[in-house]
Amino acid sequence: MTQHFNQPRRFSLPFNVTRLAKWLLVGTVFLYLYVPIVVLVVNGFNAHKYGTQWRGFTLKWFEKLWQNDNLMDAAAHSLIVAMSAASLATVLGALGAIALYRYDFRGKRFMGGLVFVEMMTPDIVLAIAFLLIFMALGISLGFWSLLLAHTSFCLPFTLITVYSRLNNFDHAVLDAARDLGASEWTAMRKILIPMSAPALMAGWLLSFTLSLDDVIVSSFVSGPGYEILPIRVFSLIKVGVSPEVNVLATLMLVLSLTLVLLSQWLLKRK
Amino acid sequence: MSRPDPFRWISIVPVNLWLWLWVLVPTLMVLVVSFATRDPAELIAWEFTLDNYARLADPLYLQVFLHSLWLAALTAALCLLLGFPFAWWLARLRPGPRALALFLVVIPFWTNSLIRTYAIKLILSKEGLINTLLRSIGIIDAPLDLLYSPFAVVFGLVYILFPFMVLPLYSNLEKLDHSLLEAARDLGAGRWQVLRQIVIPLTMPGIVAGTLIVFLPATCMFYISDLLGGAKNLLLGNVVRNQFLSSMDWPFGSAISITLILLMGLMLLAYFQASKRINRAGGIHDTTL
Repeated sequence: MTQHFNQPRRFSLPFNVTRLAKWLLVGTVFLYLYVPIVVLVVNGFNAHKYGTQWRGFTLKWFEKLWQNDNLMDAAAHSLIVAMSAASLATVLGALGAIALYRYDFRGKRFMGGLVFVEMMTPDIVLAIAFLLIFMALGISLGFWSLLLAHTSFCLPFTLITVYSRLNNFDHAVLDAARDLGASEWTAMRKILIPMSAPALMAGWLLSFTLSLDDVIVSSFVSGPGYEILPIRVFSLIKVGVSPEVNVLATLMLVLSLTLVLLSQWLLKRK
Repeated sequence: MSRPDPFRWISIVPVNLWLWLWVLVPTLMVLVVSFATRDPAELIAWEFTLDNYARLADPLYLQVFLHSLWLAALTAALCLLLGFPFAWWLARLRPGPRALALFLVVIPFWTNSLIRTYAIKLILSKEGLINTLLRSIGIIDAPLDLLYSPFAVVFGLVYILFPFMVLPLYSNLEKLDHSLLEAARDLGAGRWQVLRQIVIPLTMPGIVAGTLIVFLPATCMFYISDLLGGAKNLLLGNVVRNQFLSSMDWPFGSAISITLILLMGLMLLAYFQASKRINRAGGIHDTTL
């Protein structure tokens, strides 16, 4: 692991021949990634409406956001959809991961291929596919269509997260349990599920984030009766500047930071 | 061995049913609809036609498609150009700082991409950060029109998609066997030669994977072009959305989507070819995807 750090000769490629070039590159990347986020957070507390200059600290945009019923309703809907879709996708993904890990069945390769292809398929293609099936089955666009669509596009991610965790186990533990007389169900309950718990949590958090982040699929499968946050925010920021969105961004940043830290911590726990 | 195992059924059937009903069948429906005819009243008339695909070659659309593919290609190229040396830097950090740097790359990815696109809009606007900065240093007198240009769209796409390029590159570069580089240097290879003949071929799966997961979404993220590009810088995603949600030409929209799937197939093929070649050569093993 640490072997190549102690080597007497280190290789540098032409693009970081000089330290300057290296730090210029690293600096540019981090500035690029973080300046926009900092601008949003600062503007969330800036008294100036258009955020072009600093006019002092204020919390009035938080108040405005709180009073904006449309946005608050949409936020509540989004959280409900994200939590339900993440839970459903985690359960289905865990079951699917166990199926691929534990059992041989007809169509196993096909199932794996389907999961992989779905993960790679551009969102817009999934979006119209969902729209077509919902129309064909007469499912009206609202909570249920969002739940089905979001669960479907999260499923590959939860399945693969759990599967790769299972793949790293020692298979002998399960065999030992069975030799000692544990039923398949007991082995599942006492061994597989506890061992994959961090992956289940990480998969849930990833799905939750993907669901909250989704604009493309939701644009196709949400209806006017059940508006969710990304769609609402999209129509707001298309028109112009809206300080409430800055505040919302700050809140979502805090939420996602908490979630990342949580998931990193969970995945690191062996 | 023949113990009844109810869990077998529970783990195999529901998820397969779900995938068939909500993924496989709908995708096949897109394929079928792409050969159907548009119907003003019923949306879709079930008359077989190849017109939808022929229309892809219509100069009006062809121009939009080529422009969209060009923007996506530019995005992928810039992500690669910026991402490769960056991932190299990441892979060579000591474990502690590396974990921190990786964490910093991943955070934006977990932050809402629509809201981050809005941040880019704020920064590029006439009174935004870049114009203010340039004016205060005195490089320009009048604010530049940065928004609603191909530049703004690519700037936004690179911003959102950059982590997707860095992570697969990083996971390949991290596993790069440095003794190979050392051997090459000892045998007298120059830096460029090492890069061209060893580093790049060995990280090809990461390069192709990164390009794939940047290029495809870059053709589809219509909210980025809507917010930053204006009417002249449409992506394929905008065209598909317009066919479905405003001009109500579902068959044509489906044909564009099928074309996208074919494009994805081609790129996946390239990816598998690249990893197969590496595995045959006994180099790094494929765990990127």
